[in-house]
Amino acid sequence: MGNLNYLTNIGKKMSLLEIKNAKLKLDDKDILKGLSLSVNSGEVHAIMGPNGSGKSTLSYMLAGRDGYELESGEVFLEEQSLLDMEADERARSGLFLAFQYPVELPGVGGMSFLREAVNSRRKYLGEDELDHLAFVKEARKVASKMFVKDEMLKRAVNVGFSGGEKKRFEILQMAMLKPKVSILDETDSGLDVDALKIVSDGVNAQRNDENAIVVITHYQRLLDYIVPDFVHILSDGNIIKSGGPELALEVEKNGYAGLINAA
Amino acid sequence: MVATQETIDKVKEVSSTYKYGFVTDLEAEKAPLGLSEDIVKFISHKKKEPKWLLEWRLKAYKKWLSMEAPNWAMVDFPKINFQDIYYYSAPKAKPKLNSLDEVDPELLRTYEKLGIPIKEQEVLAGVAVDYVFDSVSVATTFREKLAKEGIIFCPISEAVQSHPDLVKKYIGSVIPISDNYYAALNSAVFTDGSFVYIPKGVKCPMELSTYFRINEQNSGQFERTLIIAEDNTYVSYLEGCTAPQRDENQLHAAVVELVAMNNAEIKYSTVQNWYPGDKDGRGGIYNFVTKRGNCLGKKSKISWTQVETGSAITWKYPSCVLKGDDSVGEFYSVAVANNAQQADTGTKMIHIGKNTKSTIISKGISAGKAQNTYRGQVQIQKNAKGSRNFTQCDSLLIGDKCGAHTVPYINQFTPHARVEHEATTSKISEDQLFYCLQRGLNTEQATSLIVNGFCKEVMKELPMEFAVEAQKLIGISLEGSVG
Ligand SMILES: Nc1ncnc2c1ncn2[C@@H]1O[C@H](COP(=O)(O)OP(=O)(O)OP(=O)(O)O)[C@@H](O)[C@H]1O
Ligand SMILES: [Mg+2]
Repeated sequence: MGNLNYLTNIGKKMSLLEIKNAKLKLDDKDILKGLSLSVNSGEVHAIMGPNGSGKSTLSYMLAGRDGYELESGEVFLEEQSLLDMEADERARSGLFLAFQYPVELPGVGGMSFLREAVNSRRKYLGEDELDHLAFVKEARKVASKMFVKDEMLKRAVNVGFSGGEKKRFEILQMAMLKPKVSILDETDSGLDVDALKIVSDGVNAQRNDENAIVVITHYQRLLDYIVPDFVHILSDGNIIKSGGPELALEVEKNGYAGLINAA
Repeated sequence: MVATQETIDKVKEVSSTYKYGFVTDLEAEKAPLGLSEDIVKFISHKKKEPKWLLEWRLKAYKKWLSMEAPNWAMVDFPKINFQDIYYYSAPKAKPKLNSLDEVDPELLRTYEKLGIPIKEQEVLAGVAVDYVFDSVSVATTFREKLAKEGIIFCPISEAVQSHPDLVKKYIGSVIPISDNYYAALNSAVFTDGSFVYIPKGVKCPMELSTYFRINEQNSGQFERTLIIAEDNTYVSYLEGCTAPQRDENQLHAAVVELVAMNNAEIKYSTVQNWYPGDKDGRGGIYNFVTKRGNCLGKKSKISWTQVETGSAITWKYPSCVLKGDDSVGEFYSVAVANNAQQADTGTKMIHIGKNTKSTIISKGISAGKAQNTYRGQVQIQKNAKGSRNFTQCDSLLIGDKCGAHTVPYINQFTPHARVEHEATTSKISEDQLFYCLQRGLNTEQATSLIVNGFCKEVMKELPMEFAVEAQKLIGISLEGSVG
């Protein structure tokens, strides 16, 4: 991407995430079967699909988890191929995954964990690392917006957090890391009504023209809060249908069966 | 160092009465290879020791001859040839280099990772420094301040000369010469170490660190330390440092004795980072240490905290004998074993007095092909009514070629006491690593974070600055063990 190119791109949508014909096997079983998806800056995409259709697998593949290497196909983040990059490199480049099941790190304080994560990203971007004080200030500010108590940042990461607290902490990390592309894997599951609103507000606050968000969900309800530009139906390792928010309503009404049969 | 004619004559005299005696060249900087009664005499005379100490050493030597090397620990190494070791060499200055440019770059990289200031790096690496080195002047003011409080803190060889009564009274009082094979050996041939005496009612105003034990160049492989805390005192003692320690001597057998009187508290912290050898364990140090504290007084407290990352083989059980009623013993340990390292470490808590309490928190981390064993004994004697012990033993495995073993021994001779033991074994899960990587941490950062999280309860017992360094050290020790 040359400078001139960049100038002419101002105000235009840019490709942030591009998946081309991705095929992936787990244990000799085909899980992703030639999936393609384009996500541009400023967009929110929702992916819905039955249990076991490959949604989490897709997110692990993107994040570069060991054992989730593509058999064939290509993936680009901001037009840069991800396939030769390790998971940590992808993360520092601006790819964020909010886990369906966030992992507990006993004894690892939330604040120090966040600080290492944020400073790794800042270092990659060529920004100064934040010192302890500046960091704590920033973390508290973001936490209070998410209604996350300071006390939670002092606890070990995800240890003894309720399901809802874990999800909230994921979005807090997203807010701190300011990723280019965020994939939220069922961030809404396990949230009560109020928490759903708080988390959605947290996500919406981060929507802007320069980033993109992919939300994986089973429930149309979330999409009332985080209104997507596109909805995709993933079934048996492929996107079988794409459309606008109305597609989610259709799923809600008729279930997946009709869509899958029609495809 | 030149021996006086008088000493030479004396040694000649005693050694000639010994059947296999040889005439040792007393001008020599080094004792001849091997161990014999002559060598013990040689060491004692070189150090101008009083007769009682020489006799004590000889008794220990005789005892040692009658003992067998212990073989119950879960460590495996070729038999040590004790005749193939030099037991005395005159303290020699470290080789002088002209600048840090001449130092092994790998060593420098480690210093840097540990965040050791340049000036300290120079001293550690043995670079000749022409400016007045900070720590020396710091050490001097340090000593003055301690002297004002009546605290004695000096090399034990110096204490033998300046405070012979104290040394005579307490040396071997906690760990008798017959205690075990290596303790007997140490008693016969110890070269130097620290001596600390805290007089009644004094709270030592600063952490005492071997680092500030000036006048002392090379304690050698048989170090001996003695700390005495009189009634109503407090002292915190730091041993070792995080910088990697290399030594041409493979065998290290130290003895540390602590004595706490009424209401005295001794906190003893160790960071041990002896050279562990190469990936296959070649050239690493064997560290066979005997450490024990006597809580003699009522309400006395002895607390051992250790971070063990070095050595090819570690054999070490800092213990507490809780004689005084209401006395407290604590043991907090992190033992890291990577590659071919073998660690067999733990503690003994002997409850003798009433209402005595002990706490044991042991965190063992194994990686590579390493074997890590916790071996702990809790003994509640008949009169120790109302006593309590809590033991928690956690093992963390990195990879699947290493091992962790927990061997608790509990002997309870009164029903009026409570002993609790908890043990867990866990692995750094792939989920945890991936979660960290997904947040942009690299594998090494992630491992270090998870492992330090695992050790947190122990690390918080270390003095602050020590803890920060020890944290980095643990990360470095495990480098390359994951991914
Ligand atoms: N390691 C593995 N080996 C073999 N099959 C696997 C493995 N991991 C996942 N699968 C299978 O891959 C398929 C896709 O799983 P995935 O977790 O991606 O589904 P999902 O769409 O996220 O489902 P859910 O809605 O329940 O979260 C499932 O059939 C699952 O059983
Ligand atoms: Mg899933």
